[in-house]
Amino acid sequence: MKRLALLLLAAACILPASAQEISYDTSQPLTLPKDTFFGQAMGVATNSKGHVFVYTRNGEPTVTLGGSRAFAHGGSSLYEFDANGKFVRQIGQQMYGLLAAEAVRVDAQDNIWLVDRYSNMVIKLDPDGRVAMLLGRKPESVDVPSTPDMGRGSPPGAGQQSDLFQSPADVAFDAQGNIFVADGLGNARVAKFTRDGVFVKSWGARGTGEGQFKQAHSIAVDAAGNVYVADTGNSRIQVFDNDGNFKRAITNIGDPMAICITPGPHQYIYASNSNPIDDLDRGGDIYKLELDGTLAGHFGRAGKLPREFGTVMGVDCRKPNQLYVAEAGNWRVQKVDLH
Amino acid sequence: MKSHLAAAAVVALLLSGGQAWPQSAATAVAPDLPYEAVPGFFKVPKGDYLGELQGVATNSKGHIFAFFRGPRTRLWEFDQNGNFVKEIGKGYYGFMFAHSVRVDRDDNIWTVDEGTNVVTKFDPTGSKVLMVIGHRPDQADGPYATPKGPNPPDGKYTLCRPTDVAWDPQGNIFISDGYCNNRVVKYDRNGRYLTQSGSEKPGKGENEYNLPHGLQVDHDGNVYVADRTNNRYVVLDNNLKWRTAYTNVGTAWSACISEGPHQYLFVSNSNPNGNAPGSWAKTGQIYKMELNGTVLGKFGHAGKQAPGFQVVHMMDCRDPNALIVGEIESWRMQKFVLRGTEAAGPRASGRKKGSR
Repeated sequence: MKRLALLLLAAACILPASAQEISYDTSQPLTLPKDTFFGQAMGVATNSKGHVFVYTRNGEPTVTLGGSRAFAHGGSSLYEFDANGKFVRQIGQQMYGLLAAEAVRVDAQDNIWLVDRYSNMVIKLDPDGRVAMLLGRKPESVDVPSTPDMGRGSPPGAGQQSDLFQSPADVAFDAQGNIFVADGLGNARVAKFTRDGVFVKSWGARGTGEGQFKQAHSIAVDAAGNVYVADTGNSRIQVFDNDGNFKRAITNIGDPMAICITPGPHQYIYASNSNPIDDLDRGGDIYKLELDGTLAGHFGRAGKLPREFGTVMGVDCRKPNQLYVAEAGNWRVQKVDLH
Repeated sequence: MKSHLAAAAVVALLLSGGQAWPQSAATAVAPDLPYEAVPGFFKVPKGDYLGELQGVATNSKGHIFAFFRGPRTRLWEFDQNGNFVKEIGKGYYGFMFAHSVRVDRDDNIWTVDEGTNVVTKFDPTGSKVLMVIGHRPDQADGPYATPKGPNPPDGKYTLCRPTDVAWDPQGNIFISDGYCNNRVVKYDRNGRYLTQSGSEKPGKGENEYNLPHGLQVDHDGNVYVADRTNNRYVVLDNNLKWRTAYTNVGTAWSACISEGPHQYLFVSNSNPNGNAPGSWAKTGQIYKMELNGTVLGKFGHAGKQAPGFQVVHMMDCRDPNALIVGEIESWRMQKFVLRGTEAAGPRASGRKKGSR
C-alpha cells in the first residue's frame, strides 16, 4: 500500500499539466424526511463519527411589512444525517442567523461552523447544536429598495480591518484553533481570529495581484498552518503562511470554487473547478493535488446526471478517497468514492 | 477623589478631540470590583435558541424576562433558578424588533419594540395586554423605505424606534424615543401625554439628545437617560428639566438603577460592533456609581467567550449584587454576582420590599 502511494506520488510528480483521470463512483445516500427537500446545497461536512451536515438554501428570506424598517428572516436549513445517510435532525430552526447558506465545516472537536452570506455571520455550534461562538453580526434590517452591497464603513473589497463581514463564504481552522474566515464575496479578504474569537488581522483586497482576490470563495488550512484560499475569478488557489504572507499560487486547475484539504500524514487538496450556474459546457471537474500544487489527477464533469456535478459549492474530504459534494446547481449531495 | 476623577475625565476628553468614535469616550479611573459569573445559569429549551438579547428584566419573585431577536422577536420567562417557564406573546402584533423589557413595581411586564414602534404593558402573567403606547406602521404602505434626510416631526402618541421605558413612584411613564426621534417623553399613568425633553432633531446641548438609548427613574423621580451617541448619561428632574450629565463612564449604552433604600446606578461602556484590533482593551466594562455620579468601581471585560461581554445591551440590577446582563453579539445573557461590595449598601436579597 505504501509502495503504491509512493508510486502514485512519483507518477504525479512527472505528469504534465494534463492530469490523469481518477476513476470514481457516486451515490446519494442522504435521505430527507417526507416533504423535505434540499434547495441549493451550499455546504457539506462530516464529523468524527461520520455524521454528515448539509447547509442548504431551501427557503427564502422573508421581509416583514409593517415595521419601522424592513427585517429579513429565515431562508436556510441545517440538516444532520448519520454515517449511513439516515436523517437525524434539523438544527437551528429557531436561530436568528440562518438566511442564505454559504458553507458548513466541522472542526477537530466536532463543533459545527456555519457561514451565512446574507446574515454576514460565522456561527459556531457545539456538537449538540447549541451556539458556542458568533463572529460578525446580522444586519439589523434591509434597505428598501435594495441598494448595492456597501459594506460597513468602507466600500466592499477595500480591505478594511474589521471583525464584521460582507458576504462571507467559508471558514477554516489551524491546529491551534485559530479561525480563518474567507470574507469572501462582498469583501475580498481573509480575516484571522484567535480560538477565542479575538480579531487578529485581515489581509487582502479586491484585485488580481498577489494577496488580492476576485472572490475569496473557499478556504482550508494544512497541518503546518498554511492557509489555502480559492480565489474564484482569478483561477487560482493562493497559499499564505499562518500570518497571511503570500507564499505561492496554484494554477492550471480551472477556476476553483470549493476546496478541501484531507487530514492525516499525507495531505491532499481537492479543488472543484465548478461550472458556472448557467453553463454545463465549462468546468465541473474536481482536481486532486499535492499541497505543493502538483496534480495528482482529476475526475467528473459538469452535468445533471448521477456522476456529474452541478456547480459544486462544498466538498468534504475527511476520508481522502471518499468525498461528499454539495451541488448548488443540482440541489443534491453526492457521495463520491475514488478508486 | 472626586476632583481626581474629574481631572481624569477632562484629560480623556481633551485626548478624544471631541470625535464621535465611541472608543474615544472618556472613562474614569475606577477600582475593579470582584465578581463571579454564574456559568450555565439559564437553561434554554432543548433545540431552541436565544437571539440578540436586547432586553433583560426581573420581577419581584426573581423571575427573569428575556426579550430578544430571533427569527421572530420573542419574550421568554425564566424562574429565579434560570429554568425556562414559558414564552409570552408568541405572534403578538407588537413584537417585531426587540429593544427593551422592564418590569414595574406591580410586576407588570413592559416591552419596547423598535420594529413596531410600540410600547406594550402586559399583566404580570403575560396573558393580557393592559396598555399600548405608539402606533405600528401600516402594512398597506408596503415595505418601509429607509428614510433619507432629516427625521419626520415627532408626535405625542407616535414613537420612532423607541428604546426604553421607566416609571416614577407615582406611576408616570417615561419613554426614551429613540433612533429617529431624539427625546424623552413623559406620560401619566393612564398613558396621557404630559411633556417631553428634546425633539426629533439630534443635538448635543442641554435638553438635546443624540440617540437616547435607555432610561431609568430613581425613587425621587429623577430621570437618567443613556444619551448614546453623545457618550453621556443625562440626569433630568421629574418634569424633564435638565440637571446634569455624567461623561466619564465611556459609551452610554444602557443604565440600570437598583432597588432598595440605597440605590446605585449601573452603566455599560459597551464595546460597539466592528471593533478595530485592540479596541476591546478600552471598552466592555460595567460601572457601578452612586446616583450623584461618583464612580464606585467597574467589572467585566469585552470578549466573545463567557464571561466576557459582547456588546452589552441591557442590565437588570434589582439586586445590586446580582446582575443579569444581556448581550447583542453573543446571543446570550449571563448572571453575575458582585463580591465584596456589601459594605457599600445592604444586600437586596432578603430585604423588605421598598416602598410601593
